[in-house]
Amino acid sequence: MNYNSSPTAPLNFLNHKTGLWSWLSSTDHKRIGLLYLYSITIFFCAAAVLGLLMKIEKFAPGETIMTAQTYNGIFTIHGIIMIFIVVIPGLAAVFGNILLPIMIGAKDVAFPKLNLFSWYVYITGACLGLYSQFAKGHVPDAGWTFYVPYSAEVNSNIVIALTAAFVLGFASILTGLNFIVTIHRMRAPGMTWFRMPLFPWSLYATAWIQILATPIIGITLLMVIAERTLQIGFFDPALGGDPVLYQHLFWIYSHPAVYVMILPAMGVVSEIFPTFSQKPIFGYMPIVFSSLAIALVGYFVWGHHMFTSGMSYQARWFFSLLTFLVAIPSAIKVFNWLSTMYGGSVDLKPPLLYAISFIFLFTIGGFTGLTLGSLATNIQTHNTDFVVAHFHYIVFGGMGFGFFAAIHYWYPKIYGRMYNIRWANIAWAILFTGFNVLYFPMFILGLQGMPRRYFDYDPKFQTGQMISSIGAFILIIGLIGMISNLVYHVRRGAIAPANPWHGVTLEWQIPSPPPHENFDEVPVITRDPYVFDNPYTK
Amino acid sequence: MKNHDNHISSYSLNLTVLLILLVLTTTSVLAIKFHFGAFTVAVALIIASVKAAIVLTYFMHLKFENLLLRLMVSGVFLLFAIVVVITFIDYYFR
Repeated sequence: MNYNSSPTAPLNFLNHKTGLWSWLSSTDHKRIGLLYLYSITIFFCAAAVLGLLMKIEKFAPGETIMTAQTYNGIFTIHGIIMIFIVVIPGLAAVFGNILLPIMIGAKDVAFPKLNLFSWYVYITGACLGLYSQFAKGHVPDAGWTFYVPYSAEVNSNIVIALTAAFVLGFASILTGLNFIVTIHRMRAPGMTWFRMPLFPWSLYATAWIQILATPIIGITLLMVIAERTLQIGFFDPALGGDPVLYQHLFWIYSHPAVYVMILPAMGVVSEIFPTFSQKPIFGYMPIVFSSLAIALVGYFVWGHHMFTSGMSYQARWFFSLLTFLVAIPSAIKVFNWLSTMYGGSVDLKPPLLYAISFIFLFTIGGFTGLTLGSLATNIQTHNTDFVVAHFHYIVFGGMGFGFFAAIHYWYPKIYGRMYNIRWANIAWAILFTGFNVLYFPMFILGLQGMPRRYFDYDPKFQTGQMISSIGAFILIIGLIGMISNLVYHVRRGAIAPANPWHGVTLEWQIPSPPPHENFDEVPVITRDPYVFDNPYTK
Repeated sequence: MKNHDNHISSYSLNLTVLLILLVLTTTSVLAIKFHFGAFTVAVALIIASVKAAIVLTYFMHLKFENLLLRLMVSGVFLLFAIVVVITFIDYYFR
């Protein structure tokens, strides 16, 4: 990789060393962030193609391009890749790595070698996930949730897929640990906790979830492996186990994992709204504490995934109540972001378009989450396409659009070049349209009774399925447009100034791309993070 | 963390802690002979938690760390306890 290779280009983290090995052995947090970015992008594209194949299959009832067994395998690996390889590491591993130290005034993370090791662990886990598809035997077909008793009994490469998820969990834990220590120990002089920008705050809340919740899924997956290989009865009633225990253990991690995905996205848009409104963030403290509240309360709501599992009534209403409570801090954030724009000098550049889309899609996902969190309506919508639509509005509409907002926001900082704004706007419009055409009909299909994970369906669902499949094609066109714009302009884009968006946080005060060690001298922080007294402020 | 103030535990203290841990291990094994009904797992978890707390406090030197670190570890324990309690709400009432 050879960026800005002109002899006159100043030395920066991209060009101070060249050659593949300089990247694979680099402990520079920014380079490691880019390694994650490229890895995640490749896996995301692969999983998106798998998603498109599923939608092509569903264009008409009956078998069209694949068998039922192939469909089961495809939705399983689509889920494993998207959840464990793309979305959970996603924002924290990419933009957390690249920007956290810079935004708190540090020269690197607390444990740079551990940081690089995390990426290798991540790649090992990702390769194991791929290996599960090609190893001798049947491809895993238990879905990304690996529910027992099916996953404990089925004759497919489940053990390899479980091991992949187990290994990937370690990368997540190590990254979280690194970020917590970095934020505690390496903030620049004068950067008190409440002078810290909101993206690092969101990473801090996320990191706690990563290190406290991830071990639970690790142990749970090991228990499934132990049951399959050693016949130890954790979950199989015939061996004295309890299948609902698996669901408890799985969701004790996997619900907080949704906040691992979404909290950094909330942090990203909390950076974007002030910059593109040229106005201090509205309600800094409520946003900080709502991040922590989401991280905390999000721990205790896992049972809303299990309302129809045979769980006790008392547990069900308890989880339902807590689910409604966790909506409050999320709503606080939404009101604060909207209030930030109110009266500001709003500049509708691509990062802001994606950030506003984030609010729109995340709010739809949030409200439909309340439908699922309510005991009565959950019975109607459980295990239907409604859940799939809700989930994608939260994870893709939330984390995905947050990720796209982040890459459009920090792209000129990372590469020192600017993408084509017009091209980006068009790609956003196609992507946003495709997203809603793809997923919104699934709410209606779900309410009509279309079960999730079925490769065939009753002909009465065909109109909705066709619209949804057309949406998938539009979405893919939008993705191609967005990614090609970004990739093309890494080398050919116009040289970007150090602060093209007139941001005020620390990353905008250093050159683009940032120097190898970020700062010539460690900065001394003397004011709050969102003070817009620069010449651009009206 | 008090990097400048390294604490060295005495052999007698470590030995005492070791003996307490062995006694608790024996207790948890002997507890199987008594029938606590629905609370069998709770008894085992409580003994295990006490052992973990002792290891953290003395062997991992939490006792000699600053208040913030102690609060953070305590918070993790509290969180874990709440998660276990909530899980058992289901089992107790099912």
